[in-house]
Amino acid sequence: MKPDPGLYDYLPYDQRPKIRWPNGARVAFWLAPNIEFYELAPPKNPTRVAWSRPVPDVLGYSYRDYGNRAGFWRMLDTFDRCGVRGSVSLNVAVCQHHPEVIEECAKRGWEFYSHGTYNTRFVFEMSEDQERSLIQDSIDTIKEHTGQKLDGWLAPALTYTDRTLDLIAEMGLTYCCDLFHDDQPCPVKTKRGRLASIPYSLEMNDAIVFSVNTLSPRAYGDIIKRQFDRLYEEGADSGTVMCIPLHPYLVGQPYRIAAFEEALTYITGHDKVWLATGREIAHHFLTHDFDAFATASRPVGEAP
Amino acid sequence: MSLPPDYLKYAHRGYGMDHGRYVWSALPRRKKVNWPGDALVALWIVPALEWFPLDMKGKPFRPPGAMVTAYPDLRHYTLRDYGNRVGIFRVMKALDSLGLRASVAVNAAVAVRHPSLIKACVDRGWELIAHGLDMDHLHYEGLPKDDERKLVEVSLGILGRVSGKKVRGWLSPARSESFATLDLVAAAGIEYVCDWVNDDMPYAMRAHSREIYSMPLSNDMDDHTILVQNRHSEDSFTQQICDQFDALYSEAVRSGGRILTLVLHPWVIGQPYRIGALERALTYIMSNKAKGVWSATGSEIVDAFASQA
Repeated sequence: MKPDPGLYDYLPYDQRPKIRWPNGARVAFWLAPNIEFYELAPPKNPTRVAWSRPVPDVLGYSYRDYGNRAGFWRMLDTFDRCGVRGSVSLNVAVCQHHPEVIEECAKRGWEFYSHGTYNTRFVFEMSEDQERSLIQDSIDTIKEHTGQKLDGWLAPALTYTDRTLDLIAEMGLTYCCDLFHDDQPCPVKTKRGRLASIPYSLEMNDAIVFSVNTLSPRAYGDIIKRQFDRLYEEGADSGTVMCIPLHPYLVGQPYRIAAFEEALTYITGHDKVWLATGREIAHHFLTHDFDAFATASRPVGEAP
Repeated sequence: MSLPPDYLKYAHRGYGMDHGRYVWSALPRRKKVNWPGDALVALWIVPALEWFPLDMKGKPFRPPGAMVTAYPDLRHYTLRDYGNRVGIFRVMKALDSLGLRASVAVNAAVAVRHPSLIKACVDRGWELIAHGLDMDHLHYEGLPKDDERKLVEVSLGILGRVSGKKVRGWLSPARSESFATLDLVAAAGIEYVCDWVNDDMPYAMRAHSREIYSMPLSNDMDDHTILVQNRHSEDSFTQQICDQFDALYSEAVRSGGRILTLVLHPWVIGQPYRIGALERALTYIMSNKAKGVWSATGSEIVDAFASQA
């Protein structure tokens, strides 16, 4: 264990190279629906229980299952009406369990990136071989079922090892969503490869908003608009990123969808917004800004 | 610490679910359902009549509403009891004034302790849904099967006797089940279960070698969830129910009948300052789009659904 993750240097917000998004956009806006499968009786991981209640946790399990059966389809209608694509944070076993869901995303040109195999298999305590095999499973499954090359990683259930980001970079991925330290993309210091951290957001994440902070649906719509307004304003100086991570089992509830759609319509009604996918943002940053950001960053001083 | 070599083996990685209780299907790809009278939204109101024993053990976990302090927790015990003495009668008045019936989920202990309360429900044409023995007898894996079978039989026996009717619906206390619960309640004659929150419509479940229905009783459209757990205001409670109704109603126009479910805990919603929030939501539902709303019991919804399946 170490006191600092050592994944990035310090680069203060007011002293950076400027990011210029395509077509003069101020904000690169992306939507990251988490399409997940939670197992009813997963194997035990000593670091974390999968369910808050004893197995079978019928309430927790069936609430998650709502996402694929019902919530996803309602969310899909909203995305279609707003003319936006998703970048799917995918538990890749959904390709086997619910190919119908994958097919709807694929035919709309959505991106698929990895959120592990199941949301009930945690990376904490994995050996390097196990972790490589988990990552390779995602690369292979996404390729086989969607034809896409895997570029992005959001750790399953936000569980990692010290090796995780080195391994995904070495295995050819180009971005990760696990670092919450910034509103712009940043270089990640990995042993091999070139890996960009793309802002995801826990603050805008419906799971945090609804299940942890317990906001009402309309309050969620309100904070989305406030978040956007400020990033749009700041983006006039240097491009910013706004992500809304979603869970169809939450945002896809009937009483929540209209307030979300209203906020999404507000965002897409602005002209200087780049409606992008995670991969597109990462590619732009890696091509134009990664090196300048790396050069401008300064090492962190040793803690006393 | 390290993980066993087979941690990444996936025995159930295949089409559909990772268990055999039900067939997976996507909501918008199913046959449209028509409710009686061409209603678009069935309104299914489920008050819960609960008893939380003062000496509860909270095994294997403390259910929502459980005792909190050291024994004797008079404070929480009596506040829960408020629901059965006072709150429920405000709920009854609110529903009566709009001509609505409920399907009341009853701990069998409440039926024994307050038979007159059950009579007041039955006299209104409310359906009784079995809600286990009491809030300190949860169904869970690890409870010996014979003990669980007995819990089911005793609960159903009491409710049947007190109401004079066969009980058709089941809601587990705290929605907690063992792997055997569905089989045990199906074996005892239950026709629908309300524990699972994975759908907006009924669907068939396999239990005790036959089919029962899962009824989509939302845990979100629940006064305890919104007002106590999420600490939202009374106005927000009303708003969320109305928003749920509007979304389901517009979806029903395109996709066939939908169900608005509402779980009520009389000790929560039955407070003087809160009951109006329920009345305003129900008034909106019933007056704004009265022609499209069908006030129904769980059994009526299951029967209408099953007749088209």
